[in-house]
Amino acid sequence: MYANDFEYYRAESVDEAVDLLGDHEGAELLAGSHGLLPRMRTGEEAPPALVDMNAVDGLSSIEHIDGDLSVGALVTHAELAESELVREHAPALADAAGEVGDIQVRNGGTIGGNLAHGDARTDHPAAVLALGGSLDVTGPDGDRSIDAADLFTGHFETAVGEQEVVTALRVPLEDDASSTYHKHRNPLSGYPLIGVGAWAQTDGETIERVRVAATGNLAHPKRLAAVEDALEGESLEADTITAAAEQATSLGDDEFRPDVQASPTYCRHLLSVYTERALRDVLGVDGE
Amino acid sequence: MSESDQPADKRGFGDPIERDEDVPLLTGEATYTDDIQLRGTAHLAIRRSDHAHARLLEVDTSAAEAMDDVVAVYTGADVEDSGVPNTIPTAWMLPGLVTPQYRMLAVDKVRHEGDGIAAVVAETPQAAQDALEAIDVEYEALEHVTDPVESVDRDVPPVHEEAEDNVAFDFELGDADAVDEAFADADRVASVDLRQPRLIPNAMEPRSALADWDVATEKLRLWMTSQNPHLHRMLLSAGTLGVPENKIQVIAPEVGGGFGSKIYHYPDEAVTAWCSMQLGRPVKWKASRMEGYVTDCHGRDHTTSAEIAVDDDGTVRGIRVETHAGLGAQLSQFATATPSYLYATILSGEYAIPAIHCRVIGAFTNTTPVDAYRGAGRSEGIYVIERLMDVAARELEMDPAELRRTNLVPPDEFPYETAAAVVYDSGEYERAMDTALEHVGYDDLRERQAELREEGRYLGIGVANFVESAGLSPSGLAGDLGAQAGGWESSIVRFDSTGTVTVLVGTADQGQGHRTTFAQIAAEELGVDVDAIDVVEGDTDQIPQGLGTYGSRSASVGGGAIARGAREVREKAREIAAHQLEASVDDIEFDDGEFHVAGAPDRSYHIQEIAAEAYLGHDLPEEMDPGLEATNFYDPENFTFPFGTHVAVVEIQPETGEIDLERYVAVDDCGEIINPMIVEGQVHGGIAQGIGAALYEGAAYDDDGHLLTRRMDEYAVPHSTYVPDFETDHTVTPSPHNPIGVKGVGESATIAAAPTVVSAVVDALEPFDVDHLDMPITPETVWQAMGGEE
Repeated sequence: MYANDFEYYRAESVDEAVDLLGDHEGAELLAGSHGLLPRMRTGEEAPPALVDMNAVDGLSSIEHIDGDLSVGALVTHAELAESELVREHAPALADAAGEVGDIQVRNGGTIGGNLAHGDARTDHPAAVLALGGSLDVTGPDGDRSIDAADLFTGHFETAVGEQEVVTALRVPLEDDASSTYHKHRNPLSGYPLIGVGAWAQTDGETIERVRVAATGNLAHPKRLAAVEDALEGESLEADTITAAAEQATSLGDDEFRPDVQASPTYCRHLLSVYTERALRDVLGVDGE
Repeated sequence: MSESDQPADKRGFGDPIERDEDVPLLTGEATYTDDIQLRGTAHLAIRRSDHAHARLLEVDTSAAEAMDDVVAVYTGADVEDSGVPNTIPTAWMLPGLVTPQYRMLAVDKVRHEGDGIAAVVAETPQAAQDALEAIDVEYEALEHVTDPVESVDRDVPPVHEEAEDNVAFDFELGDADAVDEAFADADRVASVDLRQPRLIPNAMEPRSALADWDVATEKLRLWMTSQNPHLHRMLLSAGTLGVPENKIQVIAPEVGGGFGSKIYHYPDEAVTAWCSMQLGRPVKWKASRMEGYVTDCHGRDHTTSAEIAVDDDGTVRGIRVETHAGLGAQLSQFATATPSYLYATILSGEYAIPAIHCRVIGAFTNTTPVDAYRGAGRSEGIYVIERLMDVAARELEMDPAELRRTNLVPPDEFPYETAAAVVYDSGEYERAMDTALEHVGYDDLRERQAELREEGRYLGIGVANFVESAGLSPSGLAGDLGAQAGGWESSIVRFDSTGTVTVLVGTADQGQGHRTTFAQIAAEELGVDVDAIDVVEGDTDQIPQGLGTYGSRSASVGGGAIARGAREVREKAREIAAHQLEASVDDIEFDDGEFHVAGAPDRSYHIQEIAAEAYLGHDLPEEMDPGLEATNFYDPENFTFPFGTHVAVVEIQPETGEIDLERYVAVDDCGEIINPMIVEGQVHGGIAQGIGAALYEGAAYDDDGHLLTRRMDEYAVPHSTYVPDFETDHTVTPSPHNPIGVKGVGESATIAAAPTVVSAVVDALEPFDVDHLDMPITPETVWQAMGGEE
């Protein structure tokens, strides 16, 4: 298959990229190209113009800013997986990045592109949701922040506006917190069939705060509120975790995207199993 | 575990020589069909059907024709009206076979979504593709059917009017009365109903073609992705285009995999050639991956009920098999042979089974045509007998390996005529089985399995024996059974005047390494270094005749033709040497390339020196013509029968149903081994493909008859990380009738791996009373079998 004809622009700055998006209706940003280009080749997407972000400076660093871990939008999955800062402060994100695709995809694909493209099947969303992350975006009306909880609205649909450019992912740094990401790989694609991210803060006896999120064969990545509710304020025990993970099965059939390898019933079962595994890991409670 | 123990400096038959072809293949320098550029080439795209089954009411091409860069748009009626024969023939007849005309482009009706309706030729590939959507097709949709049982059992509009009940053939093999008696007499009967899903071949290189019709000479040159260029030349001439055979040159440059899918004469390459003939300019076509998924012939698609009669001591008395085989919407060349003679004749497996009966109903369906895919027929047959062995072992509460051993054909029974109408050439089945079981530590594994079950862990051990009929095929026998082509292979072995050797052979490599292994065969016979030998394949103007590469035939039949040709050359050289040495031919010995008089090795001529003499022609024996080459047609006297035993060890994760494939042991006997490294590669690839069938693959159709698994992220082929390190070993039982003792190895491991893995998973699930699970066995399948949701 051949992609439709498109115009190509190379932005030198975020502002120029915003302007180019404004000048060319339907234009898409191009970063690592591993999400968008395959879909252009199959005709699933046909933007009339592409704005290449790779020449824009200042979007490739991982650093502490204002109590957050800030990850530039052009940071690749490989850089995330190897970053000691990310490993220390947001292990779920490092775990997820290390699980993405294969070496080529990890070396090319970027965190900003991944989150803005909104492919519900990918690894990062569960980690970012669990970490309580947010996106810094710049648009024609200036800068704003989008909470990850509001970001994913559907498969290939996000809250990032058509003229907005994602500049960074922010993850709040909090004491006594840990996080993890567990994945059941879909043999069809290497994407998660079910991926579960979990973040928790404990005092060693009580689960003070917890966030659990899932990705994969779901309608879109989402926080598992029923699971979180069953944990918060409870004591750190295996039974509590098992009971909470059971809450993951409350998702209805229409909240999954089944494929030839997995029905909604099985996806739901896996979600519960991987939720339990992620929770045991993040809370340091051994399996039986 | 097995490495050649030959010294590293020896470079002939039996040595693990590195592949001569790998540098161009791995550096991207190799030339594939789509790499070839001809000045003035136009590009073809083919409009496919929107429906699985529909009448074509109107095809309006006017809008497409008016588009920029569109050169021409043709419909099925245009092809029909051009007066070409327009018939893709079936290459294997069966009694009562219905053979509807299979046209290059559809007229009146479309029968599956891959059917071509119109051809767009444009100045660029993009323009051709864009114009496809501008073709306005009016359909009257018809009810469709994709399942081979439903196709004949349900009242649906026939795929072809010629076959009202959708039955293309109703085939029987074996002695039904003897089977009835065996079942009446036997102590017990066990049975299994099974599906062997439709598989998509997934060659790395999609099909493509470049046609160049020379208006002045009326000659067609066609570069294409072919496993058998001469067969394509014949079928294009006699079947579709009507161009005289000697005015067609088919060239298969590098071909990136086939697994059977590039054997066949598809409509698309003929349409490419026909368009070039209409326009008098080169035309190129290349399938996209998705187009390949709906047009490349699929494999398998069997629904089977099978029964086995056994005595309490484990003696198998007979088997009874009934299969519905989906053929797809058209009869591809070997679509009839694959589920009949290539399937039913192997149902005896490695076992002495006195009574066998098999019925196969070949059903038209509104799907992509089904034909031979790596393992073709033999895969399906061995799967049936090996599943039967497992269910019989359960019925008898006998160890499944022991039951198999009890029934093996013993070594002194060869040649062994089965109750399924073939004669196995040679076999040491128990030796291979022992080798595999000892290597894997079978008895210890059974003990460990019992211990782990106490802990709630589920280990499974799968053992499968296989035998296959390779080396297609003895022409006379195949002809008696309905083949419309011969089974020989042809070679020219030619010394050049400076002593190098050119081997031309009618097989066609798609990655197997023929250039290396065939040079090894010629080197052995001629006593020259492999580096002095060049092997040429894939061009009908260079290689006078040939039948190609399929059915694990290249090493045994192609190699046989090369060895015999080389021997003829050697004997002529011996005569010249005798003349030069002034001795009788009978006194001339040949040793590592040197001719000398027996007992006088000091004075000798190397065969390469003799070659120079042969072309000088100054001093040859009287009556001898100059030159040193031989043309050989080798027609095998029987099939060859490779065999072996594979063992898989799996552990099931009870929580998720995931299958950990912990170990895979393969012991293959492919007769003499030409190049152990290449054999190893064939075994590795074959196992991976068999694991793919067992655990991952399987094409599915949606309710509208559209392929649901139409992309590589919807159809799971096994990745390298999905398979364990393979532990391989070989026994060597030469084929007694093959000139070089080889049996072939291209399909063996694929045939063995699927039943081995399925057996292992089902074995693991014995505590859950699971007797059988259909492929692909996904984690969900396992989880449900273990109780799942309920």
